[in-house]
Amino acid sequence: MLSKHLKKLGTGMLNKGIILFHSSNYAMWADNVLKKKNIDHRLIPVPRELSSDCGYCIEFENNSAAEVTKLLKNENIEFDRIETI
Amino acid sequence: MNIGSKLSKTNLVYFDNSATSFPKPPAVVDAVVEYMTQAGGNPGRSGHRLAEEAGEIVFLARKALASFFGIKNPMNVVFGPNATDAVNTALKGILNKGDHVITTHLEHNCVMRPLNRLSGDGIIDISVADGDEIGIVSANEIGSLLKPSTKVVVINHVSNVTGVIQPVREIGKMCRSKGVILIVDGAQSGGIVPVNIADDFIDIFAFTGHKALYGPTGTGGMIISDDFDHKILRTLKEGGTGSISDKIEQPDFLPDKLESGTMNVAGIAGLLKGIEFINSLPEGVNSALSHKLTLQKYFIEKASKKVEGFKSYSQTGSPGITSFRMEGFTASDITQQLSDRFNIMSRQGLHCAPSAHQKIGTYPEGTVRFSFSVFSTIAEIDYAIEALKKIRNRNA
Repeated sequence: MLSKHLKKLGTGMLNKGIILFHSSNYAMWADNVLKKKNIDHRLIPVPRELSSDCGYCIEFENNSAAEVTKLLKNENIEFDRIETI
Repeated sequence: MNIGSKLSKTNLVYFDNSATSFPKPPAVVDAVVEYMTQAGGNPGRSGHRLAEEAGEIVFLARKALASFFGIKNPMNVVFGPNATDAVNTALKGILNKGDHVITTHLEHNCVMRPLNRLSGDGIIDISVADGDEIGIVSANEIGSLLKPSTKVVVINHVSNVTGVIQPVREIGKMCRSKGVILIVDGAQSGGIVPVNIADDFIDIFAFTGHKALYGPTGTGGMIISDDFDHKILRTLKEGGTGSISDKIEQPDFLPDKLESGTMNVAGIAGLLKGIEFINSLPEGVNSALSHKLTLQKYFIEKASKKVEGFKSYSQTGSPGITSFRMEGFTASDITQQLSDRFNIMSRQGLHCAPSAHQKIGTYPEGTVRFSFSVFSTIAEIDYAIEALKKIRNRNA
């Protein structure tokens, strides 16, 4: 699903991950935490293929997936799921 | 910009800060303008840059409020228009038929009217703690009113009429030990006295942004304790939240559950700067408090000496709020003359708290209330005392 989305974007970013949240409020929280830890990431609109939500999710370098997951869990930031390739 | 330095360039003296603080710190004004001109998206909805910037402002405000009021989870900061809305949401969302509620005589109508409605509809019964002669209640007294059906204690932290401070921590501790929910009306305490929701055993704290947090009107909401089970809160409003948009069911997680519709982002941008302003004071909220205590003591002591017939209904130690009367004059006459002749803004009447005025013996006439901010000065108080003397002497 994710690779289909990335191909569609034409980015060829096959080393990316996406964190999906139940709400953009949590995406903003995660964004704040990742910024503080200097983890390369960006907020992007939620890809329609992945979720029907209106807001944004976070795209990050897949090689930091473990760290990202750990940070979110440590901060008790609830998220729907992380999709990586 | 320092405590006690006058911000307003006009000769206006503004002593109605318990109604809404004025003026606001310049950074608050700048943030509102900046949102409207530079970062004006709708947070949590669209996926573009301006929406993200708006979302970041809202998140940073949640985080600042969580830290300011002593909770860990910023998602437990729920924005709404004011404390009244938060109190209504809490009471009507929690209480069920047959529940018993304990409150005090010093409540504002934002508590009394929802309780009256729920009682009138046959849903709840209410006990009102008498308190001592100035309305301060103790944990023991609240405890003595507990019934097996007591679900909620709701209490005005700082009286908007007299400035009396209730011993919330002591009451909270008792409530927690008995499994009773404590809802605090913090309209006059947030930014005025230190509040720590965890240490004070508060479950829901209703706050307003436009008084002692120095934000714009139309900002406020509730801070929900990290330990509180929000699942028991029914929603009073449902609608678009930007989340789980494929479903018509309201989200059951905070803050989305309680934040339907577009929020007042311009106001929240200002509120964030208001909180940062308080945090920037040397000792934060304690600096603001100590300034107001000093001013209030000075005002009561000097006016009592210099103004014949002056009677204060507040005690020194109230955080910048003084209710008073002047023998031979109605409260409305004094307020009008202060405004018309001396450009001094005060508030007369019952302050939306008839029960509190009954308790202190000033119902139905009410009192004149002076309420100071960090920008109020001793010179302004001296000027106001001279004005009261002139009114007293009927000196046209």
